[in-house]
Amino acid sequence: MDQLPITLKTWLVSFAPEAYRELVSAIISTAAIIGVFASLFALTTVLERKGLGRIQNRFGPNRVGPFGFLQPVADGIKALIKEDIVPRAADSVVHFLAPLVLVAPVFLALAVIPMGRNLVAIDLDSGVLFFFAVGAATELSVFMAGWSSRNKYSLLGAMRAIAQMISYEVPLILSSVSVIMIAGSLSTVAIVDSQAGGLANWFVFTPWGLAGFILFMIAAAAESNRSPFDLPEGESEIIAGYYIEYSGFKFALFFLGEYIGMFAVSGMAITLFLGGWHAPFGFLEWVPSYFWFFGKLLILIAGFIWVRGTLPRLRMDQLMNFAWKFMLPMALVNLVAAGLWHLLGTGVSRWLICSLVVVGPYILLGRTLFHSNNVGKRIYRYAE
Amino acid sequence: MISLPVFIILGLFTVAGAIAALSLRNLIHCALALTVALGGLAALYLQLGSQFVGFAQILVYIGAVAILIVFAILLTRGSEASEKSILSASWPSGIAVAIAVFVVLGGTILRSSITHQSLPEPTDVPVQHLGEQLMTKYLLPLEVIGLLLTAALIGAVIIAMQEKETK
Repeated sequence: MDQLPITLKTWLVSFAPEAYRELVSAIISTAAIIGVFASLFALTTVLERKGLGRIQNRFGPNRVGPFGFLQPVADGIKALIKEDIVPRAADSVVHFLAPLVLVAPVFLALAVIPMGRNLVAIDLDSGVLFFFAVGAATELSVFMAGWSSRNKYSLLGAMRAIAQMISYEVPLILSSVSVIMIAGSLSTVAIVDSQAGGLANWFVFTPWGLAGFILFMIAAAAESNRSPFDLPEGESEIIAGYYIEYSGFKFALFFLGEYIGMFAVSGMAITLFLGGWHAPFGFLEWVPSYFWFFGKLLILIAGFIWVRGTLPRLRMDQLMNFAWKFMLPMALVNLVAAGLWHLLGTGVSRWLICSLVVVGPYILLGRTLFHSNNVGKRIYRYAE
Repeated sequence: MISLPVFIILGLFTVAGAIAALSLRNLIHCALALTVALGGLAALYLQLGSQFVGFAQILVYIGAVAILIVFAILLTRGSEASEKSILSASWPSGIAVAIAVFVVLGGTILRSSITHQSLPEPTDVPVQHLGEQLMTKYLLPLEVIGLLLTAALIGAVIIAMQEKETK
């Protein structure tokens, strides 16, 4: 049961002639990943709208299908039959290529995430570096979309989006470096293997791991332009920012690219911190490994939706201050804590020292950064 | 194993991107063509078996340097397409000089002793070996580069800060 996808694939590949086996195997893996994650995208759109609706004390979509769960089908048909409007002054080649340059690297990034025992599309020696490299390549598509639309506000949104993505890339990569240090390898399969053996071995349940996980999730929300970091595309700010001029299927492709980016970075968080496809307890090992992976992925997605419905949007200067003045020093301190964890050997002392090293600068930084805001007591004024 | 057809395709891809970066009218198109050429270079690194350098090329060049180039084009002028032709009036003599330089350089390299040595086989270098060498044999260059990057960072902050004060 656990290896069912692998046995299915080997059975299908055995039909191909000997010389083309590798190619057919790669094609089947790619098709499977695209199929699974595109359906997960459809499910997430409706879950998000219903979840946000319930947080805001209203129902989400509830007309199409039972409890509204066929809404993505309606949305897909609408996106396909909508007229594709390209502004006359727009640079048509770049305008056309921008959604493709977003979607292609994002699907590439899913190739190195181990989704189950032996269920990784490519087992690269430097898998984590590959993941961040293709993540960096998606920023170019944001610029292409913003510039080619020949729209001042679109360009402004694109500039802000790129600044935000570049700023948050640094804490993202640094917080994963502490995991790479402890696991000793850049290969995602090796990192998951070093977390084998139940809850206690997962990296998130160590002081530096918890801090690293929180930093990684915040930076991941900023990288995928998700609320509370969605200033470049907020509807009341700049009305969809860099993809104002996109309609119909290209907008759907941008939407797809963003959500798949969210899945990819959540998958990397699960691989790095949450133990990949391992079950939490030994006696639950009979449940297939991909069930655990997708269960953790759904929990993280629910966390993203929850944060979106709860927190207000960050302003641009607040965003940049947060990245450079708070998250970057915390990520560096986290590196030091991870190093200390490794050097101090096992025992209670390393828990105490590493917790101090992580919590101390956090409190200090929070106090000093917050001081200059001169936030007074909250005054309530009511309408008379 | 370096396979010749793949190398030719990737090389053509890179050279086409570079030629497009030279000769397109719109500067932003040139920057995007340069990005394609850098991607071709990364693919060549990967074909030679060095995963780390290939992915680092994508991360650094396409992810950061290309974005820096387009920002620089945008924030200065250059968004307007040039009216006159890209090629200057004396392009035959330019091509003649280029061919002469190429013949001289090519002849020198082909006659040197490098071509008589056998090529080493490209091996898969695991990232761990790179890390070990960086920490033992090449420690001094690593620290010097770190110092250089720190100086660049401080310089960038000082330049940005001064702009804010004069406003």
